[in-house]
Amino acid sequence: MDVRFINPFLEGTISVLKTMAMMEPRAGKPYLKEGKLAKGDVSAIIGLTGSARGSLALSFSEECILKIISNMLGENHREINGEVRDAVGEITNMISGVARKKLEAEGFSIAAAIPTVVSGKDHSFIHVLGGPSIIIPFETDNGPFFVDVCLKDTRKEKN
Amino acid sequence: MDKQIKVLIVDDFATMRKVVRNLLKQIGYENIVEGEDGVNALKILKSQKIDLIISDWNMPNMTGLELLKAVRADETLKATPFLMVTAEALQDNVIAAVKAGVSNYIVKPFTAEVLNEKIKKILEKL
Repeated sequence: MDVRFINPFLEGTISVLKTMAMMEPRAGKPYLKEGKLAKGDVSAIIGLTGSARGSLALSFSEECILKIISNMLGENHREINGEVRDAVGEITNMISGVARKKLEAEGFSIAAAIPTVVSGKDHSFIHVLGGPSIIIPFETDNGPFFVDVCLKDTRKEKN
Repeated sequence: MDKQIKVLIVDDFATMRKVVRNLLKQIGYENIVEGEDGVNALKILKSQKIDLIISDWNMPNMTGLELLKAVRADETLKATPFLMVTAEALQDNVIAAVKAGVSNYIVKPFTAEVLNEKIKKILEKL
């Protein structure tokens, strides 16, 4: 995967969580992920099409997402329920929007589908391109979460 | 500014409706109704007086852009201020929304202060 795709998603993630949940996540070193197993307890995946094709997934530990949602909605949440899953999809949608806007400045035109949310211990998801994907790990004071990107520049396919 | 205006929030994500509702409350708007998509929003618009529509772009059944076009094509609704909420600040989308008569648009994520500024600008033009 092209490394140019990493920064827009990294910056988009920090921007969305800072604005919507008043949190400042700390990014770790990106690495290559093999396999379908999610890193967290609840994940959302969103398909991306256009001059870059693939998918973006976010996977949150339970403690981390409950803190994010509590901050976003101004109310305490103690378990991963429908409302929390709904919010995970929306957060992923927003991060994809910010990242796509940044990629637009680099000459890409990318559209997004509606996110799908999966939860439960040891759940898995499959990227549109099958993989491998790049994981950007994040730490917060309330546990980790993971940004998982699998994108391909389709402009190269046409040349 | 009249904070008693009735605001319609349209979003298929219940959580996002709640987020926008909370932000509106923070800036003093308490008179709020919610619609879960464009179709539902049109029913609400036909049944009660709405002073400001805040609609998401990306929704099933009827998108925010389709809702905007339907509102602008309706003689009784066409003057209703319309704030488009979008994660899609892509140039083509912005142009399409402006052509369809959007009053203003706001890109997710946003703070209560940014939302307040957008609403102020829309209401000042009335």
